[in-house]
Amino acid sequence: MRALFVRDLRLALRAGGGFGLGLAFFLIVVVLVPFSVGPEPALLARIAPGVLWLGALLSCLLSLDRLLAVDFEDGALDLLATSPLPLEGIVVVKAAAHWVTTGLPLVLVAPVLGVLLNLPAPGFGVLVLSLGIGTPALSTIGAFGAALTVGIKRGGLLLSLLVLPLYVPTLIFGAEAARRAVLGLDVSTPLMLLGGITAGVLAFMPFAAGVVLRVNLR
Amino acid sequence: MELTVTDLAVGRGGVPVLAGVSFAVAPGAALVLRGPNGAGKTTLLRTVAGLQEPMAGTVHGAEDRVAYAAHADGIKGALSVAENLAFWASVFGQSDIEAALRAFDLEALRNRRAAALSAGQKRRLGLARMRVTGRAIWVLDEPTVSLDAASVALFAEAVRAHLAAGGMALIATHIDLGLDAQVLDVAPFRAPAQAMAAADEVFL
Repeated sequence: MRALFVRDLRLALRAGGGFGLGLAFFLIVVVLVPFSVGPEPALLARIAPGVLWLGALLSCLLSLDRLLAVDFEDGALDLLATSPLPLEGIVVVKAAAHWVTTGLPLVLVAPVLGVLLNLPAPGFGVLVLSLGIGTPALSTIGAFGAALTVGIKRGGLLLSLLVLPLYVPTLIFGAEAARRAVLGLDVSTPLMLLGGITAGVLAFMPFAAGVVLRVNLR
Repeated sequence: MELTVTDLAVGRGGVPVLAGVSFAVAPGAALVLRGPNGAGKTTLLRTVAGLQEPMAGTVHGAEDRVAYAAHADGIKGALSVAENLAFWASVFGQSDIEAALRAFDLEALRNRRAAALSAGQKRRLGLARMRVTGRAIWVLDEPTVSLDAASVALFAEAVRAHLAAGGMALIATHIDLGLDAQVLDVAPFRAPAQAMAAADEVFL
């Protein structure tokens, strides 16, 4: 399992691996928002938590269609399926590698981009915390979506349609936590619900993904 | 423990391809599958490898003992030859890749990026992977595609060494590898054309 994780990180970081794609997209979205809604600081401060969360979510979605498709196309997935690793474990490892190369950089860069959107000071800590709790769920749900669409050529559109509804609870509670922090309200309830969703997703999704992957490989 | 296939029926996309296939491969023996294109050799091998369920019949003695090599080698172009091989070795809980590099004459290429290999060199890397798995049953689907004569000889030598060490091999090929192996022509086992609607029932 560790070998697969190391290999996926290495592949992502080498040329053509797509590392930084999500990051660049996130940056573009956040930079363009003030141009589209106008430079009014009060308005930006109000929408900043929501925009940052939405940007992070869409950036995460961007790289999902390659999560399993690359290994499927070059035959590595078939070979992995006949290896001692369980398919559920393969999905967990690939989701973890996706999070480290996509989710984690988004979490780390979010406060910097928060400055661009005039995010009020009390919001920064909770924004990073909520993204840190929420993005593992995004990667894991995404891995499930990738498993569902693995045999399909150009499955990216179908993948987005399948995955986006599943992202909604995470988006609602994540953005709500950041919004409440900005307003100086108590954030524990949305954060706990966000954590609950992530925990549930981490426990359940790998098994669902393993089952659909087994069907898709036949 | 020998590999036993009894009255096996296999299908592709719910349509039966082969039916009533039975054979046994003892340790140290190889079985060569022959048959025209589309006869169902690949489907049979995928079933033995456990990638798909048999439609009927049983495969005995293959569980967690199969190393499978398909048409695609699963090589990552961004990694070097040695990195590719070391990855598969550690997935299968092994660590030594030197013997495999030597057996397929890849030592000079060990630090080359796999994307820069020729088709035949890639194939050799794909076959070298079999050696680092440490698995007893090699299931090989047309292993000699794009190999030159010298490489085919290297491959036949590797299979012979594997058999001599008590391994087994199931090979679908159109060329003669010079192996002392039983030959099974799958053409007579072609399944009668009929729709097997039940195959995907669970998912409808």
